[in-house]
Amino acid sequence: MKTVAAFEIKYCQFLDAEGNLAPGAPALASDIAELLKMYRFMTLARTFDAKAINLQRTGKLGTYASCLGHEATHVGVAAAMQPDDVLAPVYREFGSQIWRGVKMSSILLYWGGDERGNDFAARQDFAWCVPIASQMLHGAGVAMAMKIRGEKRCSVTYIGDGGTSEGAFYEGINVAGARALPAVFVIVNNRWAISVPIESQTATRTLAQKAIAAGIPGIQVDGNDAIAVRHTVEEALARARRGDGPTLIEALTYRLSDHTTADDASRYRDPTEVAEAWTREPLLRLRSYLKKLNAWDEAREEALKSECAREVEAAVDEYLSAPKPSTDDMFDYLFARPPRSLLEQRAQARRHSARRRAGDRGTGSRS
Amino acid sequence: MAKVTMIEAINRAHAWEMAHDPSVIVLGEDVGVNGGVFRATAGLQEQFGKDRVQDTPLAEGMIAGMAVGMATQGLKPVAEIQFMGFIYPALDQIGNHMVRMRNRTRGRLTCPLVVRMPHGGGIHAPEHHSESLEAILAHHAGLRVVCPSSPARAYGLLLAAIRDPDPVIFLEPARLYRLVKQEITDDGCALPLDVCYRLREGSDVTLVTWGAMVTETLSAAEILANEGVSCEVLDLATLSPIDHETILESVVKTGRLVVVHEAPRNCGIGAEIAATVAERALYDLHAPIKRVTGYDTIIPLSRLEHDYIPDAARITDAVRETLTE
Repeated sequence: MKTVAAFEIKYCQFLDAEGNLAPGAPALASDIAELLKMYRFMTLARTFDAKAINLQRTGKLGTYASCLGHEATHVGVAAAMQPDDVLAPVYREFGSQIWRGVKMSSILLYWGGDERGNDFAARQDFAWCVPIASQMLHGAGVAMAMKIRGEKRCSVTYIGDGGTSEGAFYEGINVAGARALPAVFVIVNNRWAISVPIESQTATRTLAQKAIAAGIPGIQVDGNDAIAVRHTVEEALARARRGDGPTLIEALTYRLSDHTTADDASRYRDPTEVAEAWTREPLLRLRSYLKKLNAWDEAREEALKSECAREVEAAVDEYLSAPKPSTDDMFDYLFARPPRSLLEQRAQARRHSARRRAGDRGTGSRS
Repeated sequence: MAKVTMIEAINRAHAWEMAHDPSVIVLGEDVGVNGGVFRATAGLQEQFGKDRVQDTPLAEGMIAGMAVGMATQGLKPVAEIQFMGFIYPALDQIGNHMVRMRNRTRGRLTCPLVVRMPHGGGIHAPEHHSESLEAILAHHAGLRVVCPSSPARAYGLLLAAIRDPDPVIFLEPARLYRLVKQEITDDGCALPLDVCYRLREGSDVTLVTWGAMVTETLSAAEILANEGVSCEVLDLATLSPIDHETILESVVKTGRLVVVHEAPRNCGIGAEIAATVAERALYDLHAPIKRVTGYDTIIPLSRLEHDYIPDAARITDAVRETLTE
């Protein structure tokens, strides 16, 4: 038999775990100002994350999905984007969102149980997508709108390793390929979909190769290497803006945290695997590289940590001081033109909530 | 003025709105070159081009999800699902995203879009081509569900649906696509959503129905008129939100209510109408409310489908029962 098609998947890494730079690195590797900016946002995301978990543990935040260990991917992706591109996240890409102008208080507001958190500063970006993989089609649809209008904008859509098992993942990359849409899809392969390891999720050696089935380029990148992630996404976005269609990027990283604050990963994960993953974590790596360039030292590290802590504290204050939304909010954003029956229910909710807040638990009297 | 079938009326509504609003985009399986399997979009791709009338890959969830993405960018997608039995893969997008987008972003992102599809049986179609699943859709907050019963209402209500700033499911009774021709004025005039249409005035009993059942119900009303029974017939038209006020006003006048729908009885929209009338007008009723519906079975294949779908005989029986209570 003859071979009718053959494929290969490339892997991109510039910084190894010790922060050594490989030959052939892009100009970004010597742009210290940009690298310091990225490092700052990575540190901010990690500081925010630790604080958010702390808030959840003390009853001040709802269930929260940690981004610990994903910082290079999240910041690298966002740094590659233009402000008027559109991001469709999953639910833990806080580093991307903070880079794109979303206030940390908005993130806390949403995870604290308030939809107003989704009315955030990145006006065209999607809110978090909890159902898994359905955001792939939003990214494709946005890119279709951009293509129809002849704009030079792109959509960037995240998905997790578990999400690649969903039909919507394939539907998204397939339609994007079939219509050469200006879209970039980033799989954040952190090896664990709650308790299910990647080996149980799929028989494929890489997730990037799933691009082959959609007829689009697929590339694997070291997701803990901020330089490699940003470079790979920049290349994919440039390709999309040229009209050459979508790219699927698999960023290899590790979820150093539990899945969410409602999860206990020690039930299913070998601690030696987690300890080993910590040696490859993204902040350490970029910091080591910056130190080699004499662009970083312990004093600056301490100053940055204090600065990030202050910023996070200010966001927490803003979040905690946000007044509870009105019960009207349940009704007022469903429709531009609410039906009469809904307005009647809104009035009913107002009356009932007023009684509830006054302490009436059904006896007709106040307790 | 021209006499057209419902499918032609739907086609003209698309064409009018596409010509007057460049943000309207049609997408779906076979809607472009082929003009749709029922020809609802015939000729539109030639007129408006492949960007605005798109043949999509074959995946309903993808069609609905793409429509959501496009709508958040300010386009007005009009998506076709080829048959209602194929809506299930799209429910994830409809229920988890389309209907929630405005609410969960506090109005920052919205979904002004229409998802159209044939509805109901009676056309000797294969399995999964004859479903009446409106209750599943109507149960979603944040969604309008519309079902016309004549060429003129298909034209006017589709225009209204496309112009609505929120998502609308537009159910087209497949049985009525080519059943009758009606004069319509192709002038871009929309009809109001969220209201019932009174098709026949009467004083003895109120019949509420929609879609293909409107034809059967009007036939039943005609038969009953010959017996001296005066039926008021309301076409629900917007199945969600329901125009309860018009129904209540009619029931207060007639004192009797029969709801007719092709969909199964269990948890059907008829139950919602009956419950609301019972809550708000029980003492105006002279007889118990009746429902004439499809059975709580799977809609059978073509050899039995007319034993399943309510007809004028079942409707007249129900009306006579309410009159003898």
